[in-house]
Amino acid sequence: MSMREICRGAACLALALAALPPHALGQTPQGPYGFGSAASQEELADFFAIPADGRRLPSGSGDAARGAKVYADQCAACHGAQLEGNPAKGIGGDKLIGGRGTLASSTPVKTVESYWPYATTLFDYIKRAMPFNAPGSLSDEDVYSVVAYILSKAEMIKATDRMNATMLPKVIMPNRDGFEGDPRPELQLYR
Amino acid sequence: MENTPTLVLNDNVRRLIDAIVIAEQRHLAERRSEEACACTEGMFPRNLPTSRRSFVFAAGSTAGAVLAGAASAGEQKAPPGAQFYEVPADPTKELGRPVGADGGYGSRSQFETEVRWRFPTANEYTSWSMSPLDKIVGNLTPSGLHFERHHGGIPTIDPSRHMVFVHGMVQEAKKFSIADLKRFPSTTRKYFIECSGNGLTEWVKPTLKSVQGTHGLISTSEWTGVPFATIAREIGLKESAAWVLAEGADAAVMTRSIPLEKMLKDAILAYGQNGEAIRPEQGYPLRLILPGWEGNTHIKWLRRLELSDKPFMTREETSKYTDLMANGKARQFTFEMEAKSVITFPSGEMKLPGPGFYNITGLAWSGRGRVQSVDVSTDAGKTWYPARFDTVPEPISTVRFSFPWLWDGKAATLQSRCTDETGYVQPTLAQLIAIRGANGPFGSIYHLNAIQSWAVSADGSVSNVHA
Ligand code: HEC
Repeated sequence: MSMREICRGAACLALALAALPPHALGQTPQGPYGFGSAASQEELADFFAIPADGRRLPSGSGDAARGAKVYADQCAACHGAQLEGNPAKGIGGDKLIGGRGTLASSTPVKTVESYWPYATTLFDYIKRAMPFNAPGSLSDEDVYSVVAYILSKAEMIKATDRMNATMLPKVIMPNRDGFEGDPRPELQLYR
Repeated sequence: MENTPTLVLNDNVRRLIDAIVIAEQRHLAERRSEEACACTEGMFPRNLPTSRRSFVFAAGSTAGAVLAGAASAGEQKAPPGAQFYEVPADPTKELGRPVGADGGYGSRSQFETEVRWRFPTANEYTSWSMSPLDKIVGNLTPSGLHFERHHGGIPTIDPSRHMVFVHGMVQEAKKFSIADLKRFPSTTRKYFIECSGNGLTEWVKPTLKSVQGTHGLISTSEWTGVPFATIAREIGLKESAAWVLAEGADAAVMTRSIPLEKMLKDAILAYGQNGEAIRPEQGYPLRLILPGWEGNTHIKWLRRLELSDKPFMTREETSKYTDLMANGKARQFTFEMEAKSVITFPSGEMKLPGPGFYNITGLAWSGRGRVQSVDVSTDAGKTWYPARFDTVPEPISTVRFSFPWLWDGKAATLQSRCTDETGYVQPTLAQLIAIRGANGPFGSIYHLNAIQSWAVSADGSVSNVHA
């Protein structure tokens, strides 16, 4: 006698379920699902994100003299010859230096010099996203160099200082201690 | 507003605001040209068939020339997202279009014209576009009207070649294709996303005229994907892991550091939006959804998650998306979007045709959970009345509210105020400025969640005011 002949409707469902092992109603694997595949060291090698301690800064180095050339060729059109920014239509490159001492005023000027807490962020961001029209095209040497150039123009390092994985995290930015955590919800709103 | 310190704008911000004011005026002028008479501006566009058509057809054709069939094919054009079709005099007297003639993917009606418009930053590759909140009905934002913010344009990504790598302080570094992710059990939730810059023009004085300009950086979608927690179990987390770097595959290679606690609480690796694949502008093929957190953290085109013991201090969490207070200190990692609401009807640039009944309606939301209640005032906050919920409040989603109003024809100031389930009450702008200081639009430009005021004057015109 087949299943179809002996059961109808709900009775059939109950019978069918009874025939299954108890965990068959919904099974989650004990361990991982096993989807996805292992990521190899080579595949991960090109990724980077550089925290303030400089971990994962690449080898190589650069100084402001070479950086001045990189800047003139690759950056000045959008950020201005004096790093003053270029608000023109189609460009809109930020002002990169100046503004120190303005943050607590009614006209704060936020730049790498006045506002950014870490020099490592500058390396990370330029390597990642600049030049805006050709992101990721600079060599690490060029990134170190242009970073050194911007920092020296901001008078945070000497024009002769070489930047590399050891030196860059040691640069103390003027606004290093200018950040605090999120205090919200603001208790004043509960008074 | 009493005792509000005077705010000063620097050149950059003034230029930006001037440009957006001009852009908004252009969009409003276009919209006005669709309407036949001033009394219906932005409202009740029924009974205006010829003027509606004049938008549908190419500019320059007169209303008379566009009566069905008169315009030549070259002149005929439909608004973005629509197809042009001849309009029969009587649709019951001739056959409609054959089934499937649209190729199998539908489009909106040629008579629907609302679009998002771009904030005129100097560079159109790093810019944002605003949702037309005054035209959107219900609670979900149509995918094509979801606001946008891009820092390096919109990438084109072949999903068959896209991977998300999960590595760092994990037991086993892994990569997942979109097909891999779709094999996991999924979760589907309606969440709003709001840019923390929503309203940045409005700190100092009422600047933009329409609700699209003042509040258009909020949208709500149904998102589908895999909880990060599922992936975390799959790869195994190391004890030291406390932060996760999320990275996008766009030209900005956008990065944000997210506390692991949030990632494990409710983060979703989303491939679906409103029942289909996420739109390219929203991160196709994969977006990180962090319910209730500022839009920038919802990394689009997600390609990498790196587990770490510390945040990475990326440009977008230091130079940008930090809130500079008047004392010169900046708040960092201000992730949550706090309770907020806005009346979308009537709102700026509309005109009430005359005294009588109006169903005031708007949206309310909170990044901390459900909206508990919304109050509406018609007298600039002196008296408040409970609004009605037109949708069922869901956590970290918008709620459509409404309030029946009999306008007596006298000047009125409309406001809405949201209270969320934590008991947080949406503040006034004066309260926010008292706490955060007066360096508004280029100091603390982000996280403006103040009560919005719309003034209705005796002639029925509605405008953006600080009250
Ligand atoms: C085609 C124009 C263009 C070029 C060339 C360019 N930039 Fe930029 N840069 C921009 C734009 C636009 C932004 C803002 C990006 C955004 O909105 O996210 C920017 C942002 C930056 C920032 C962040 C500023 C801040 O305060 O957040 C730095 C630093 C920077 N660029 C450095 C460089 C360097 C160094 C080069 C040369 C290697 C360079 N840029 C080349 C257009 C350009």
